[in-house]
Amino acid sequence: MAFDSIYIHDINCVTPLGIDLASNWTQLLMGNSGLVQHDVGRIKNIYTSKLAPAEVLALLTPAGDSTLLEQMLFTAAKPIVEKHAPTSRTALILSTTKGNVNTRLTVLAKKMAEVLGFQTQPIIVSQACVSGLLALSVAKRLIQIGQYDDAVVLAGDVVSEFVVSGFQAFQAMSPFPCKPFDNDRAGVSLGEAAACVYVSKEKGEFKILGEASINDANHISGPSRTGEGLLQSIQQAANEARVDITDIDFISAHGTATLYNDEMEAIAFHRLGLQDIPIHSLKGYYGHTLGASGLLETVIVLQCMRTGVFIPTAGFEKLGVSKPLNIIRQISRGKLNRLLKTASGFGGSNAAMVLEKM
Amino acid sequence: MLENPTIRKSCTIEQHRIVIDDKLIWSSGPHVPFSDFAKGAFHHLDIDYPKFYKMDALSKLAFLAAEYILQDEDKNELALVLANRSGSLDTDVKHQESIQNTDNYYPRPATFVYTLSNICAGEIAIRHGLQTEQAFFVAEEFPEETIFAYADYLLQSGKAKRVLCGWVEYFQEAYRAVLYLV
Repeated sequence: MAFDSIYIHDINCVTPLGIDLASNWTQLLMGNSGLVQHDVGRIKNIYTSKLAPAEVLALLTPAGDSTLLEQMLFTAAKPIVEKHAPTSRTALILSTTKGNVNTRLTVLAKKMAEVLGFQTQPIIVSQACVSGLLALSVAKRLIQIGQYDDAVVLAGDVVSEFVVSGFQAFQAMSPFPCKPFDNDRAGVSLGEAAACVYVSKEKGEFKILGEASINDANHISGPSRTGEGLLQSIQQAANEARVDITDIDFISAHGTATLYNDEMEAIAFHRLGLQDIPIHSLKGYYGHTLGASGLLETVIVLQCMRTGVFIPTAGFEKLGVSKPLNIIRQISRGKLNRLLKTASGFGGSNAAMVLEKM
Repeated sequence: MLENPTIRKSCTIEQHRIVIDDKLIWSSGPHVPFSDFAKGAFHHLDIDYPKFYKMDALSKLAFLAAEYILQDEDKNELALVLANRSGSLDTDVKHQESIQNTDNYYPRPATFVYTLSNICAGEIAIRHGLQTEQAFFVAEEFPEETIFAYADYLLQSGKAKRVLCGWVEYFQEAYRAVLYLV
């Protein structure tokens, strides 16, 4: 069955590089990274991308007792809902892995729905590190099947001792700012961010051509050695998009800078013949922002499409995966009308989306 | 308008009972802790799957519900769409306890990996070879409309041939699983 096309209209983000998209974009054009050494609880001098106190002060506050995450989510979403007032047919789709940490995600979602003026029950997507990109697919799918007319997709996670200690226990934290796809990469750097996207069946600036989210069914904490789930996700997204997957201008990869993740991605991209397509990871600027990452990175690459600017891979010097990739090393301009965004995560999760500029 | 996809089969696990399509399949004594209930239900299946013992309680619950409902079922292009209320909070508490005190600071990878709600779905995917669409939602109550609309999308779009969907909630001994095959 053929469904209506779904479009992305407005986009925004709150990160340590800036509390709106414009300021983030300026920082990215200057090549600045949010990754600096911080203490996170009892964990000292760890490279993370965290909001500075002055930035926190500049955030909007939805209610008297708001957490940092709630302020970030509210600040990201406020300009979007002011422009697109939620109706009784507008969904709020919240993506997060840990939310306010050690509390139920439903409490967070209910609060955000209230302060942002939603009339419908919020929908929470929590699918590890693909949550942000999957939440955008969920919005598209639920509009296409007729449950909603439009949706605000909102994603966020913060840096916490809870998560940093866990990644440390996995020995997955990089001792220097993460170096995606690099020969000397030594793990992830974590970051915090919120991102927001307005999606509707009305024609907008960007069109979602196709998407899929296929599990590896291989291991709960390690990616597939063959990249099978990611490969299938990309293939299915391309099938729905009715495009030859090599006919894209750009790939925004997950690129966490762990040994296994980056190798898995390189294998999947190589199996699909994508080794010559310009590709980047944004983790060197923002760190891994977990449940926010897929949506944050989509927001940034849509801005890349808007402006025809390719943002390079911060931290990358020498290729360190077994298959060739066309890693973007310098900021450049060029034709950028159609792109592939991917994400992968714990639990064998993968997600892929093909997006086009109208 | 939306129509709920046809429910072909259901499996409910609560109050020490496993029920498939209104038929009691197995039950334990009423006052046993979940860990013993789960062990008994697993032995009743008579399968060789040592990974079960390493799982957290939420994954054990989801695994058992999937195992019982998928007996004799075609798993080809079977998507997995789950939801619950507490996410991974039960295991989050355990990880938090392991980092709570400086004197007794010992975060364990084997615990931390289960501090994501979708890991229980990953366990089901591994067990049944489901290289298929998967999504995990969190909601106060079973978000029936969302889950069935989502399953309906997967079926109508051809992204899945069948969908295993439902509710898998576990928090500190309170548990309930209701899975549907559509």
